[in-house]
Amino acid sequence: MAFEASPSRTRIRMADTADIVIIGAGPAGMAAAIVARRHGATVVLLDEQPAAGGQIYRGIMSAPLQRLNVLGPDYEAGAELAREFALSGARHITGAAVWQVTGDRHVHYLRNGCVRSIRAGRVLLCTGAMERPFPMPGWTLPGVMTGGAAQILLKGSGMAPSQPVVLAGCGPLLYLLGWQYLRAGVPIAAIVDTTGRSDYRHALRHARGALAGWRYLKKGLGLMAALKSSGVPFYKGATDLHVLGDKRARGLGFVSGGRTRKVESPLILLHQGVVPNTQFSWSLRARHRWDESQLCWAPVTNEWGELDVAGIFVAGDSGGIGGARVAALQGELAGLAAVTQLGKLAAHTRDALAAPLRAEVRKNLFIRPFLDALYRPKRANRIPADRTVVCRCEEVTAGDIRGYVSLGCIGPNQVKSFGRCGMGPCQGRQCGLTVTEIIADARGVAPGETGYFRIRPPIKPITLGELANEA
Amino acid sequence: MSTDPLFVPLARAGASAMPTVAITLNGEALQVPVASSVAAALLATGVRRFRNSPVSGEARAPYCMMGVCFECLLEIDGTPNRQSCLVSLEAGMCIRTQDGLRDLLAEACDPALALARALEASHGL
Repeated sequence: MAFEASPSRTRIRMADTADIVIIGAGPAGMAAAIVARRHGATVVLLDEQPAAGGQIYRGIMSAPLQRLNVLGPDYEAGAELAREFALSGARHITGAAVWQVTGDRHVHYLRNGCVRSIRAGRVLLCTGAMERPFPMPGWTLPGVMTGGAAQILLKGSGMAPSQPVVLAGCGPLLYLLGWQYLRAGVPIAAIVDTTGRSDYRHALRHARGALAGWRYLKKGLGLMAALKSSGVPFYKGATDLHVLGDKRARGLGFVSGGRTRKVESPLILLHQGVVPNTQFSWSLRARHRWDESQLCWAPVTNEWGELDVAGIFVAGDSGGIGGARVAALQGELAGLAAVTQLGKLAAHTRDALAAPLRAEVRKNLFIRPFLDALYRPKRANRIPADRTVVCRCEEVTAGDIRGYVSLGCIGPNQVKSFGRCGMGPCQGRQCGLTVTEIIADARGVAPGETGYFRIRPPIKPITLGELANEA
Repeated sequence: MSTDPLFVPLARAGASAMPTVAITLNGEALQVPVASSVAAALLATGVRRFRNSPVSGEARAPYCMMGVCFECLLEIDGTPNRQSCLVSLEAGMCIRTQDGLRDLLAEACDPALALARALEASHGL
């Protein structure tokens, strides 16, 4: 009796499977899941957060009315998508950190200390955007955070700065955050805007697109008008930004209007736009291109978002910055293509359904060239001076990197071998773009020629013990 | 390490006191505001230093709050190197700041990396 086999105790398990596995529960992932379910596919959506919404709609299903009022109507629009997703029949696995996606579509993830995997018919990477690095002297000090971090605290936890705060940089998200703080009655010490007069001149070349995308333009102008009429000190064309402080941030120094200035605050919120989160597409060895108008790497895809790794798609900001509305539309397009490849939809039906979506994508992208030109981050804020730390994890400076280039390093991977740059826990997420541009600049070549870090799994930290426990 | 918090919960109409939960930080009992993540709760409690840089020893604290920067790494309930901005806050959590991070990373991460590479090879990548 004692030796009777006990099947329930064996550690061998049938592999979990799904027609479509989606990574990321932002607008792209939710929209893709809805469309895939509509056409009869089984869908598993993996996401790190406890609830759907991604960063843009974080906390959307639990935000109290007062917080919705502070965050504004664009945020509230995410609730409809989140509700539809919740009813779609997709299996939503929350708190899941995906640490590897293989070319043959096995998706490995960690949840509550247990490692699991799913075999997917098709994989959709909807991993969204992250903030562009903003390297400047003092940016590693406690009290320096990104504008996005502050928004996450506002959306997810209803938290706001306790004392007058400095907002510095450029881009719609920075002004939106300022506007939200005004609505919440949070004092702002200063808005330090790096946008200068010449940026407006460059942007006006794209005025036709801006006017075609007038809804976005009107909203942006409204935000700016509200900020400027609020009485908050607003410094234009700021240069030479540096965080003041020794052990923690005490304020921000900069030059504006020909004068050196200082604004004191223990909290400095930096932002200069968002860039695609490309960790998975790089780890799959997919082809990427340097996007000179958005100053970032983007995976090369076909018209449905499929990578040159068959059966794996990218949708939303992780394929190129287009914003929440475009992300949802691209999610639908990728979802349609994926279910068609799985034989659940005829190609002609797919194309008929896709046509209006594509038209809507085009309409929502009209404004992009104008925004990309107007809020193009300044060269000095992307390619910093020698003493500025670029790799926060290993504390490698811009000067160190230039030194490695002079020794013969031609790309990020050699720089990594020489000086550990990009080898820390963030795996180059925070320094990758800066390293690319510093090397390209030092070598006098286009950024696209330098290549990028070779990203390897695990994409997320995982311990040997957790791996050994694979259930 | 605790001081005036950089972030506070927005005043909620009609609420007299902010809801809190009990945790321990480096062995010390602490009441922290209810928040969506461990990092958010500690920021609202006035914790400024989450870890030291393993290179220079300088203080570090959360930067991105979305799982990108890894500045918020903490030991939570005995597991080191948790991204505290991604961990939901629960009552009774036992949290420690990480100082000898390099040693911990060497132990916890590198063997996993080696194994993952072996897995990668077996998957035919």
